[in-house]
Amino acid sequence: MAGGVIAVIIRIIGGGAVLVALLAFSFSTVLAVALHGDGLGTLGSYDWQAVRFTIWQALASTGLSVGIAVPVARALARQDFKGRSLLITLLGAPFILPVIVGVLGLLAVFGRAGWISQGLDLFGLDRLSIYGPAGVILAHVFFNLPLATRFILQGWASIPPDRFRVADSLGAQPWTQFQLIEWPMLRAMLPGTFLLIFLLCLTSFAVALAIGGGPRGTTIELAIYQSFRLDFDLGKASSLALIQFVICGTVAALAILIPLPRNDGHGLGLIHTRQDVQSNRIIDFGFISITAAFLILPLASIVIRGAIHLPELPNAVFAAAWTSLWIALISTSLCIGMALSLALSFARTGQTTQKLVEVVGILGLATSPLVVGTGLFLMIFPFAHPMSLAVPVTAMVNAMMALPFALRVLFPAIRDTYVDYIRLRESLMMSSGTWLWKVILPRLSKPLGFAAGLAAALSMGDLGVIALFADPDLQTLPLMLYRLMGAYRMDQAAAVAVVLVAQSLALFWIFDRGGRRHATS
Amino acid sequence: MNNITLFAGLFLASAAVADTPVLTVYTYDSFISDWGPGPAVEAAFEATCGCDLQMVGAGDGAALLARIRLEGSRSEADIVMGLDTNLTHAASETGLFTSISTAADYTVPGGWNNSLFAPFDWGYFAFVHNTDLESPKNFKELAASNLKIIIQDPRSSTPGLGLLMWVKAAYGVEAASLWAELADNIVTVTAGWSEAYGMFLEGEADMVLSYTTSPAYHIIAEGDASKKYAKFDEGHYMQIEVAGKLASTDQNALADQFLDFMVSDAFQDIIPTTNWMFPAVTPAAGLPDGFPKALPDSQSLIFSPSEAAAIRTGALEEWQAALSQ
Amino acid sequence: MLHLNQVEFTQGSFSLVANFKIQTGAKVAVIGPSGEGKSTLLHGIAGFLKPTRGNIRWAGEPMPNHPGLRPISLLFQDHNLFPHLTVFNNVAIGLNPRLRLSAPQKKQVSLALQKVGLQDRNESYPSDLSGGQRGRIGLARVLLRQRPLLLLDEPFAALGPALKDEMLEALDNVLSSNSATALMVTHDPQDALIFADQAILVADGYASAPQPIQEFFDDPPRALKAYLGNRT
Repeated sequence: MAGGVIAVIIRIIGGGAVLVALLAFSFSTVLAVALHGDGLGTLGSYDWQAVRFTIWQALASTGLSVGIAVPVARALARQDFKGRSLLITLLGAPFILPVIVGVLGLLAVFGRAGWISQGLDLFGLDRLSIYGPAGVILAHVFFNLPLATRFILQGWASIPPDRFRVADSLGAQPWTQFQLIEWPMLRAMLPGTFLLIFLLCLTSFAVALAIGGGPRGTTIELAIYQSFRLDFDLGKASSLALIQFVICGTVAALAILIPLPRNDGHGLGLIHTRQDVQSNRIIDFGFISITAAFLILPLASIVIRGAIHLPELPNAVFAAAWTSLWIALISTSLCIGMALSLALSFARTGQTTQKLVEVVGILGLATSPLVVGTGLFLMIFPFAHPMSLAVPVTAMVNAMMALPFALRVLFPAIRDTYVDYIRLRESLMMSSGTWLWKVILPRLSKPLGFAAGLAAALSMGDLGVIALFADPDLQTLPLMLYRLMGAYRMDQAAAVAVVLVAQSLALFWIFDRGGRRHATS
Repeated sequence: MNNITLFAGLFLASAAVADTPVLTVYTYDSFISDWGPGPAVEAAFEATCGCDLQMVGAGDGAALLARIRLEGSRSEADIVMGLDTNLTHAASETGLFTSISTAADYTVPGGWNNSLFAPFDWGYFAFVHNTDLESPKNFKELAASNLKIIIQDPRSSTPGLGLLMWVKAAYGVEAASLWAELADNIVTVTAGWSEAYGMFLEGEADMVLSYTTSPAYHIIAEGDASKKYAKFDEGHYMQIEVAGKLASTDQNALADQFLDFMVSDAFQDIIPTTNWMFPAVTPAAGLPDGFPKALPDSQSLIFSPSEAAAIRTGALEEWQAALSQ
Repeated sequence: MLHLNQVEFTQGSFSLVANFKIQTGAKVAVIGPSGEGKSTLLHGIAGFLKPTRGNIRWAGEPMPNHPGLRPISLLFQDHNLFPHLTVFNNVAIGLNPRLRLSAPQKKQVSLALQKVGLQDRNESYPSDLSGGQRGRIGLARVLLRQRPLLLLDEPFAALGPALKDEMLEALDNVLSSNSATALMVTHDPQDALIFADQAILVADGYASAPQPIQEFFDDPPRALKAYLGNRT
């Protein structure tokens, strides 16, 4: 039976193969780069300064993003209002914006000529200047707070509502309820969320530089960039990439010590029963409005800026949108396939093994994209024409980058399905195929939809083609945007940004909603 | 169409393709974009060469050189087009390039004399601003003013490196103290030109580091005369963009033919309004209206490739030290 | 006496009307088709839903607003227990949710655990126990709280027949020692017959007044007939 064969392949061969691929993808690319140079290089004082700044800004940005995400997610979990579900979808938006678009959107609000500065100017006050470490953190919070909120909201929604009812009927006060019910969820949910956001902040460099106000804003990734393109010092580039690994490994090791969350597979429904809904209305809506404004104003400025120029876009935009779409779909399938293989293969192993697997899963994100691209190029170039592999390499790199997010969503859900139904499966002597297609996948439709939505949106927003593998005929939307900007056409680039945001959000929405619609319980 | 004619058609078509020589040119990405010179250049060359011109984009100039160094002698490229004189020294030292015989009546200030590379365009770095602002006359005046500027990082951007060389060429040993004076004028340092120029157009700064030819884009393409560049009396640093032939080429004659085409009017005519740079050989038709004038040689600053390579690391450290305070 | 006086609960477009009294000490089965509002009725009595009309009185007094202040103990099918608390604390939480217990209170907890036969499992976690044992933790908490009104939402639906009988018996003991009034939502007429002396039908947006259980099944209302099929 075909379904059974597929299931067995996914489970037994798939998981191991994905692990090997991940290790190859991360370590061997660094190795390839180091070998092409003269081994590892030594770091100068400016490099160490970059390392310190990188860790500091990543910790601060992540702490703030996750710290604010907790009350916002709590507010979204218990308050109902018009547009709630739209706001939850929009939470995905900043995460997928090309960096330059997001930065320009933020500056339209917070910049020296931004809306706030113009307002201050009217009252004869000084204009706002966000350039510097505070600005870097502000930008990282803009990009990552929504994602953190969405992850933590997932955790809140996984708490069975009856548990709140029991606590209420026992007369537990809000703070006691928090300790009893919400803190255990957060303790399980926060480390993984923190780790993912930390990695995103760790490898960011254009944001840190553009808003950091000068070379103080140098991150490790920029130092790698410099070693590669200016000094062609591959040894130093590899050393820096390894340092990035070590930092990520340290944070991952800390995250490993804390247990994974239990996901009961609930959707993002409201918790109707809570008694503190009324009493916290003001504070909750305070958090929701501030976050929504922080999120929506820059997005709105991007849309306002670009929408009027939409008619000026050349027809090439259709081809680019189409290219972006199908590359995103291939990446998404690859990513979900890998995440499922891993999660299914290790669903029944101990928690420590599972956490190790999840840590290996994040390697794709911990690796400098430039080093990965160069390493892959060095490994492939002797055997094949890199340009002819543009699509598979791009899809694979995007899938690897999205894998940690998919794993974070899928792993707990799959584990719980095993815990809840494995005996039933054994008692019914269910075949692997039936188990996969009739139990696992239907049970997982919500987390699968969310994970696929994230993966799709992420690869839409990615530059798409690693420059070394660029196929001149393969123009994605982000590439078109950068090319338009490079050719002074900022207005048309702004219009492309609107198309990109709309298409990414639509894709995210379709997957996310599709998953929720087909959810069986 | 029946199967036999279809088959024959495919066969003939592929045979025709197989007979057409392919010339592979590596260049920077913005050259081959729909809005760059690439499409017109390809059409013009293919009309005469009886060949297939394949232009491959590889990031910017520095990434282009890194790409060639990674590929080494096994590269499929025949021509590398888009390095500038800050990179040609390192490029020569790879030993991957071979000498060329391309010659033309170059209108590059200071002339051109190099056996490995031929120039195809050039420009001056400059600070661009709105016309309602009175231009500072030089770096000192800029540093003393309250004007806010956005510059690019020399480690990740060609204009950024250009500015580093500009200050070094104009101020020599005093470059470090000039940077220290400029520090409070710098709003921010971006990774690339696009971010900087985009932020400037959104009003984030009074001036942005770009080219003297940038206002020409706004005048010619948009009919917008609101931008100009600040003419500095220290002179302006030049960027000369060049092409070279790889020693490993299997299309030697075709590569030479392309380099000759590159310095001919057919190619040079395309440059001003697509790459927004000065053509290396002013075409018979002259420069389009709205294009700036070249500066006298005394105002056209440039280090020789070997000087530029020797200066770079020290200049970069000065820059980092001054701006990291 | 529990008095639902012209009460209406509304959830979205769904609404349920109830107007009846239940005598103190009665054991009432709440029966009806799925999705017709059995849980809504229980959630309303417990205070998780505010009535859009009418009021609920207990012993002649209006019910307090907050569920924690109502004279009620609750038992759900799942999620009665907190997975990260020990068996002892899961019971103790019924006395003080902040888990700061005096020595006599600790003694009370131990006694309750003893009554349900779990005195040896104080330090275990719920996940270490069998389904039946987990059910008994919930009962121990109910016993400890001594609340006069007990609401049960299909507490034993997931248990096998033998286990279910054991739990029903344990429940019976708890009820008689507390002399409590109880409402139990159930799908199973057998359970209803064993446990209850009266029954309420919830169907068509309406919760009927309780009637004696035997009468109820001997001459079932029309909506119940359709629901039960040939099971009577």
